[in-house]
Amino acid sequence: MAAESQAERRLPRAPRAESAAKPPHPLRELWYYFAENKGAVVGLGVLLGLIAVAILAPVIEPHPPHEQYRDALLVPPAWEDGGSWRFVLGTDVIGRDMLARLIHGARFSLAIGFLVIVLSATAGIGLGLVAAFFPKWADAGIMRLMDVVLAIPSLLLALVVVAILGPGLFNAMFAVAVVYMPHFVRLTRAAAITELSKDYVTASRVAGAGLPRLMVITVLPNCMAPLIVQATLGFSSAVLDMAALGFLGMGAQPPTPEWGTMLADAREFILRAWWVVTFPGVAILVTVLAINLMGDGPRDALDPKLKRS
Amino acid sequence: MFRFILTRLGLLIPTFIGVTLLAFLFIHLIPGDPIEVLAGERGLPPERHAALLRQLGLDRPMWEQYGLFFLNILRGDLGHSLVTREPVLGEFLTLFPATIELSLCALAFALVIGLPVGIMAAIKRGTVLDHTVMGVTLTGYSMPIFWWGLLLIIFFSGFLQWTPVSGRISFLYFVEPRTGFMLIDSLLSGQEGAFRSAVSHLILPAVVLGTIPLAVIARQTRSAMLEVLGEDYVRTAKAKGLHPRRVIGLHALRNALIPVVTVIGLQTGVLLAGAILTETIFSWPGVGKWLVDSIFRRDYPSVQGGLLLIATVVMIVNLIVDLLYGLINPRIRHAR
Repeated sequence: MAAESQAERRLPRAPRAESAAKPPHPLRELWYYFAENKGAVVGLGVLLGLIAVAILAPVIEPHPPHEQYRDALLVPPAWEDGGSWRFVLGTDVIGRDMLARLIHGARFSLAIGFLVIVLSATAGIGLGLVAAFFPKWADAGIMRLMDVVLAIPSLLLALVVVAILGPGLFNAMFAVAVVYMPHFVRLTRAAAITELSKDYVTASRVAGAGLPRLMVITVLPNCMAPLIVQATLGFSSAVLDMAALGFLGMGAQPPTPEWGTMLADAREFILRAWWVVTFPGVAILVTVLAINLMGDGPRDALDPKLKRS
Repeated sequence: MFRFILTRLGLLIPTFIGVTLLAFLFIHLIPGDPIEVLAGERGLPPERHAALLRQLGLDRPMWEQYGLFFLNILRGDLGHSLVTREPVLGEFLTLFPATIELSLCALAFALVIGLPVGIMAAIKRGTVLDHTVMGVTLTGYSMPIFWWGLLLIIFFSGFLQWTPVSGRISFLYFVEPRTGFMLIDSLLSGQEGAFRSAVSHLILPAVVLGTIPLAVIARQTRSAMLEVLGEDYVRTAKAKGLHPRRVIGLHALRNALIPVVTVIGLQTGVLLAGAILTETIFSWPGVGKWLVDSIFRRDYPSVQGGLLLIATVVMIVNLIVDLLYGLINPRIRHAR
């Protein structure tokens, strides 16, 4: 919306020949600005690759992830002495194929990160809209609550929530979602309050739009740009925090092939078998890095202030 | 300025009360009541259970319990650990210097490398150096630090055998805890090699904990510097014929550092959260490891007290940073 209005304002200054051309489709325009950032395109490519691996996991797995090969404990990767091409990235301490577990780990990490952000954003946007639209006491109450959540370091809060609910994948997801909620609440509230004073909101109010319609259909779409940027940033942090909880033994429980949990299992063998420690970490780093690289793309593409500057 | 301080303090009090409320609810949200947790798996006869409830005041209405809890906090009484029976506040204060020492060294590491690197990247914008810095810092920012710590242990402790794997000092030395800071205490002890041992134990954890703040500080310094370098007054200073080093070091840097100070302050939370992981990996006897252990031991009063104290530390540091920000940036101070 803001981008379009800016484009319109610029039109009179453009040469005559261009005024006849049709404006590009919004999605096309989005991709155009996204593609300006080479790093973002690389990040997106890697992320799409990881998603493909996650979806195709049962098809491309070299071995079942839980299958224990008793004759092949702690086998090093294929290119090392004593390694074999049967287990390309080696095996762990009870003879499970590392590559298969890493491939299945992609399913967990990506799905978990995505679900956490959807949960966190939905609750956060809802509360943010309520804070912006409802009377002062609701606003103050919600915002002070968010201040409290923000005062506690993210991982500590997640740990405490898990301590209440008990360790496990779903409880950890809920905990991390709570941790990232305040950012969505603050962004939604700030954006919605700016929009509220604009004429189009008054117009639809005068036209008789009810509160839910005003909140969700009129105002919310115009607050989306910063929220999408926050969602990509939060996605990478959520993947990291879930892995950290798994590592501390509070997230996914063994034998789930979750990358953080795999690292926790491997800790005893760090000086004997480097591969059981190295590969899960590389997987986490590559995933988080890809998401962070990609995160700059939407920021450039959705922020009208950065465009054409 | 006085008004500014008062406004900030006014905002802090409801947040503090909120944190105490959260810490209070924490105990009550755990399934089962605290007595059952205390009793463990053996269980208790019902009459003893009721007597204990009355003794600990847990049969009173919730608001009364909260009032008592809040008054106790103001008196510095955070309850007793279920495992050691020691006061929670005392345990926290014994362990906290280790965490402060680690965090300060991590922050120093992040600043000493992050600031110059960020400035260099801004000056050499668009060059290979700039791209390298941006790439490396983004990697640092994306780093799962628990894995990073393990990698460093494999390389420096396992392969090169340069540094020890865990703890704060070699068991060969007995260092009397005077300040709680091992670096200072080992110097004060006067034993040969004690300080060296303390430093070698500290390096890897500090590097691990400082990695993410380093990345954030370098990137923030770069963007703040770029913004300032485009300002009119910098161009004027250049046009006057000042030496570039003077323009950058004196004119630009002073203003560029203003947003960086805030970012450094915001790292407190990052450092304390990171300390939980770093201390666990390196068996560093600080509050982070203590909290994780307490959660595993179901030592709920310790978790509750730790939560409250760490949140308070974060709030106080944020307040100080805010005040500093008002002090160094006149635009904020006069806006209110």
